[in-house]
Amino acid sequence: MVSIKPANSAGTEVGQPQGAPEPPTTVWALKDLLDTNTLSMKDLELVFETTDTMVEVRERPVGRVATLRGTTVVTLFYENSTRTRASFEIAAKALGADVINLAAATSSVGKGESLVDTVRTIEAVGADILVIRHPGSGAATLAARHTNASVINGGDGAHAHPTQALLDLYTMRQHVGDLEHRKVVIVGDVLHSRVARSNLWALRKAGAQVTLCGPSTLLPRSLESLPVHEGAGTCRVTSNLGEALEEADIVMALRIQRERQEQGLLPSLREYIRNYQITEERLGNANPNALVMHPGPMNEGVEISPEVAHGLRSVVREQVANGVAVRMAILFLMATARRR
Amino acid sequence: MSQVLIRSGRLFDPSTGLDEPSDVLIKEGYVTAIGSNLDEDGAEIVEAAGCIVTPGLIDLHAHLREPGFEQKGTIQTETEAALQGGFTTVCAMPNTDPTPDNAPAVEGLLKRIAQDAQVRVFPVGSTTVGRSGKKLSALSELADTGCVAVTDDGSPVASSSLMRNALNLAGSVGMVVAEHCDEPGLSGNGTMHEGAISELLGLAGQPDAAETASIARNIELCELTGGRLHIMHVTTARGVEQVQRAKERGLPITSEVTPSHLFLTDEAVAGGDLTPAYNTSAKINPPLRTEEDRLALLAGVNAGVIDAIATDHAPHAPEEKQCEFDLAPFGISCAETALATVTTLVARGELHLAPALRSLTQGPAEVFALQRHVPGIGTLKIGAPGDVTVFDPEEIWTVNPSQFASKGHNTPLAGIELQGRVRAVIVEGTVKHMREAPDA
Repeated sequence: MVSIKPANSAGTEVGQPQGAPEPPTTVWALKDLLDTNTLSMKDLELVFETTDTMVEVRERPVGRVATLRGTTVVTLFYENSTRTRASFEIAAKALGADVINLAAATSSVGKGESLVDTVRTIEAVGADILVIRHPGSGAATLAARHTNASVINGGDGAHAHPTQALLDLYTMRQHVGDLEHRKVVIVGDVLHSRVARSNLWALRKAGAQVTLCGPSTLLPRSLESLPVHEGAGTCRVTSNLGEALEEADIVMALRIQRERQEQGLLPSLREYIRNYQITEERLGNANPNALVMHPGPMNEGVEISPEVAHGLRSVVREQVANGVAVRMAILFLMATARRR
Repeated sequence: MSQVLIRSGRLFDPSTGLDEPSDVLIKEGYVTAIGSNLDEDGAEIVEAAGCIVTPGLIDLHAHLREPGFEQKGTIQTETEAALQGGFTTVCAMPNTDPTPDNAPAVEGLLKRIAQDAQVRVFPVGSTTVGRSGKKLSALSELADTGCVAVTDDGSPVASSSLMRNALNLAGSVGMVVAEHCDEPGLSGNGTMHEGAISELLGLAGQPDAAETASIARNIELCELTGGRLHIMHVTTARGVEQVQRAKERGLPITSEVTPSHLFLTDEAVAGGDLTPAYNTSAKINPPLRTEEDRLALLAGVNAGVIDAIATDHAPHAPEEKQCEFDLAPFGISCAETALATVTTLVARGELHLAPALRSLTQGPAEVFALQRHVPGIGTLKIGAPGDVTVFDPEEIWTVNPSQFASKGHNTPLAGIELQGRVRAVIVEGTVKHMREAPDA
């Protein structure tokens, strides 16, 4: 358990989380959260442990604490997003932080200001934590290099989306416990998916056996030949969904962008649906209790059938709810690391 | 009478195979004597003990940026960079504004060169008007005004029929068509080599086939027309093989490789101990490829399949590279590190000295037939121009871009140790650059 103390003992209007506060086994040492591949297994456990506490906070009648009072969180979004942005905002406010949302269209970015200048300006006005989403891979890395604020990657191009992967793993663990040797299948446009990559690194670290599946035009083939470290899970890449789903414990469908059709990477959505839509019938190959996940937003009837999306095995709504708690945990860990 | 005596060096002239301790005497701009204990009466002395003395290095491929892009570099700054890097001759690429696609534009460029250049500069015209790939430039006019070749470098001539006509017409006036081999439909919006690293980083890649499909087309067009084709910056193992086969068939084809592709792989983009991830300084077009490709390029130079090591020196203003990887312009500023990367590769045993130096002197001179303009260029025979490069093959130094003469500090080699350093450069019989030995 991680203890959450109010920012100052006098000014807090809500109580402490219950449960015996024990010192964490690990100390969060990262200035930024850019991807999951920089996290150790101990870091992952610390995040999940902290998230447990945050879930508890959320379940209380008020659902808020003042732990991050005085901390300013800025979200800088160069891409449209409803859930990630809302999730970060709700998380930051639930911890008592001040939140400022900047959208690329409304900030001076529209006037041609460079990312580096924008980030420096945001730091100068007093941001402690910067959540950035950007269409270019590596943008969060660049931002982190040019600011003393802590940068949380809210999704950069096809590179990484670490908080999504963390909430996905947290949700998986709630249902299946230890992920070691668990078979996780990620289906869809893996090549362009930051969610798939960040999940892959974290899942391998947790010892899971990951299969990446999709049309051959949308698969990063070389990820199969990544070096395997001791204790790390495996990665398999295949276009054969039937084979991929065999005995799967967890099936994650990714969003298909219509753009892929225009680029000629898919003959048509119908072709995709025909071969890769996650349906009840296809899940027949999987473990009977297999979880079905989706990072959202879903194209129901494209990558996932409505029955499956809202079926008994679906944990899509839990993913969204856990997203807030995981992001609270990340904000809490980073803010307290900054105070040290 | 102006005289320069380069004394006590190891004379290495790939054109004659000469490799022995020897002095070189230059009078009135030309090599007049080679041998031991030459008369030094009144001559300016360049002490070259412990150094290699070669014909002045020739760069077939440099972006001087002027006119039009002076924030990136000027003829003055970039030829000064070439000079400090050991080059006595550079061929200036035509991606300037205005484009050298007609005689008046080239004449304007020549005027600026006459005023500001620190080394010999040969203009290279554009293959098509404005490098737009739509209409051929005035090719014979360009040849007559002094362009040694034409190219749309930075872009390929995408239309096969236009490329066919360019090879035909340039060939008939004895001019080389140099081609940036790329199939745009395959390279698309790729910003690096398509492979394991691009998949890790989530960056759009350019597959090998974008280069090799284009090389294949151009070899076919070379065969069809008989025109002189030069394949710029080969980067793939398969590309080297294609060039080798075409040469074996007797086609009039030459090729070049950059020091960057000989020295680095796509892993440079991912960053390392000294360099950041998503390193925009390692973003070049065509991209850094794999270790397998790098080894094939080295073998290509060693075997003489590749005729020239050309820098593709491409300076950019610092703020232009300090941005998202996708948005950064392509290019490395490498005039000042090119020779040192080559000599480092020689020291590692990856390149052999003779073919490496040949690829920097006689090789490039022959590719663009520069001897037609300056007899004897690229050699140190008696009567050759007094263009000489003296370098210490042993000195180890650390690359520090803030000390570059080039306006472009965009190098992925910052902080890296290289072995081999330019000591003196003589251009047209004048000592234009001297760098003292570190212990002197």
